[in-house]
Amino acid sequence: MIEIRIHGRGGQGAVVASEILARAAVKDGMRVAAFPFFGVERRGAPVTAFCRIDDKPIRIHAGIYEPDYVIVLDPKLMEFVDVCQGLKPNGEILMNTTRSKEELGINKPNKTWIVDATGIALKHGLGSETAPIVNTAIVGAFAKIFPKVSLESVLKSIEEAAPTKKDANVAAAKEAYHMVKEA
Amino acid sequence: MIEVMTANYAAAYAVKLARVGVIAAYPITPQSSISEKLAEMYVKGELHGKYFLVESEHSAMSMLIGASYAGARTFTATSSHGLALMHEMLFWAVGARRPIVMAVVARALAPPWNIWGDHMDVMSERDTGWMQFFCENNQETLDTILMAYKISENRSVMLPSMVIEDGFILSHTYEAVDIPDQDEVDDFLPPFDPEWKIDFNDPRRFGGLTMPDWWSEFRYRIALDQEVARKKIVEVDKEFERKFGRSYGGLVEFYNCDDAEVALVLAGSAVGTAKEVSDKMRERGKKVGVVKLKTFRPFPAEELKKLNDMVPVVGVFDRSYTFGYGGALYSEVRNGIYDPAGGALVKNYVGGMGGKDFTPKNMEFIFEDLLRIKKEGKVDKMVEWINIKDGTGRW
Amino acid sequence: MVEAPKTYKDLPSTPITFFTTEDNKTGTWRTIRPVIDKEKCTRCYICWKFCPDLSIEVEKEGDYPNVDYDHCKGCGICANECPSNAITMEKEMEK
Repeated sequence: MIEIRIHGRGGQGAVVASEILARAAVKDGMRVAAFPFFGVERRGAPVTAFCRIDDKPIRIHAGIYEPDYVIVLDPKLMEFVDVCQGLKPNGEILMNTTRSKEELGINKPNKTWIVDATGIALKHGLGSETAPIVNTAIVGAFAKIFPKVSLESVLKSIEEAAPTKKDANVAAAKEAYHMVKEA
Repeated sequence: MIEVMTANYAAAYAVKLARVGVIAAYPITPQSSISEKLAEMYVKGELHGKYFLVESEHSAMSMLIGASYAGARTFTATSSHGLALMHEMLFWAVGARRPIVMAVVARALAPPWNIWGDHMDVMSERDTGWMQFFCENNQETLDTILMAYKISENRSVMLPSMVIEDGFILSHTYEAVDIPDQDEVDDFLPPFDPEWKIDFNDPRRFGGLTMPDWWSEFRYRIALDQEVARKKIVEVDKEFERKFGRSYGGLVEFYNCDDAEVALVLAGSAVGTAKEVSDKMRERGKKVGVVKLKTFRPFPAEELKKLNDMVPVVGVFDRSYTFGYGGALYSEVRNGIYDPAGGALVKNYVGGMGGKDFTPKNMEFIFEDLLRIKKEGKVDKMVEWINIKDGTGRW
Repeated sequence: MVEAPKTYKDLPSTPITFFTTEDNKTGTWRTIRPVIDKEKCTRCYICWKFCPDLSIEVEKEGDYPNVDYDHCKGCGICANECPSNAITMEKEMEK
């Protein structure tokens, strides 16, 4: 079983990112459970969403404390949230950033992937300069580093889950898939 | 068709598939997305029946009783304070013998204010005469609503059903759900056809005053028909399995119990976690079993009695508490399996209330504690609260 | 300063906070902020009357009303009620 934790801020679409990931994994024949941290939601506040992916039905109904992957939608969160908390020693990090691992202050040996999801989202007209909607781009990038979920299924899932701008969201995911690189 | 959705959406799809005639609801967290989805389906013209946004949960239940008298299949959903506000009309639905189906997205009652999951609201309605079915996951939520209509509307049952999904833990978690075809559901669930309904060609009065000489007899029939329901629940579960390939054990499911040393009885979403932990512990040679209480009313006492022959120690996990005694499931299970000749030792574990995460680690603690009791041959403590900030540092 | 509770024994016997709601700086919830145009404001104090969060402050009669941005959640009721249209809701800058 693979456990994923997604960090974002209210309004960035962390919960929808977990839903898209879950939909894609099911299309690729896996079983899933995706859920938000059940807090009190408001725009701008730190949001955490989770996703479990496995080959067999997921029966466990409890939180994720030691994720295999951490996805960070907003690097500014790192100032007050320990995004690496509990990350498995062989776990991997995917960050929306243009900075390097050192600049970000990640002093963990974990494999770290970076993609400029904000730049990609804005290029495709998703959200605004102050509030870019980066969830679809980041899930596209995740498909690259997590080969059990195919890009094709991610794109189909975005079409299902995105309420508007389906084409732009699909294009952003596709671009992020090709742009993501190791930090 | 496999779709990824929350238990709340799964409930809404079940209502659509059941061709419900009248839905009346009032929003409350964490139920709201059931009634919102149904409202959306209604506006899009996808629903068979009508949707009414009423001014309170009390009104929602009142409206459904009337609609059901008129011959409509009915549905509502609520949580916590909403269910508590409905309390009076819950008795009415039973006394009037209206087979209403209601999704209860189980949630704590305030204060302190809390919107998260536990079973306090549900357990407080134990004595109303409603049937109560717990769900372990999202698929089971959809399937149980379909089964609940079939059981409730059986002319020899005619009692309402609560289908219980744990607040947030299921209601806001996305899982893969197999949505059956409408044809298959129509074949499984025929239209509602009550023996008695409002008929302008045969005018009657409904639910009027009954003098003391006959009132108890009406109550006695409810008591007997809960017993009939016991059989129907098992039958309907079997029929559902034949049609859809999924079974939930009807009243109760024994998992990993055949050669178990100890067993844990519990209900709702924590059952899955317990099954997972049970499998893991078995890999380490620790034979622990799980008993899933699918149906709380009618209570499967006869089925649970088998535990006396299976294991020397039984644990009961409660997500609620009856202040001044112990957990609600605990008192029922202990009473149900009571054997004057001896029988299993029973201990109560209380936790996972008000949304506190109930982890595999917590579950493992319970199983280890039960194994310890088995070894020592006695229960040291009737009730143990799990994962409480008690200063012991053990959680 | 009250010490944070460590166990259930440290809790007050009824659910109450250790502080007043003033310590809960709800201003960070805001996405739009009310800005009062003193040119248009007639000091009728209708905004003060309608604010559901007591976030419009009037020091003394005759003063212009002030917004308590530490607590204003940006609901916009003041702007909606102002008869002189002296209050506009402006977008919060990203912090």
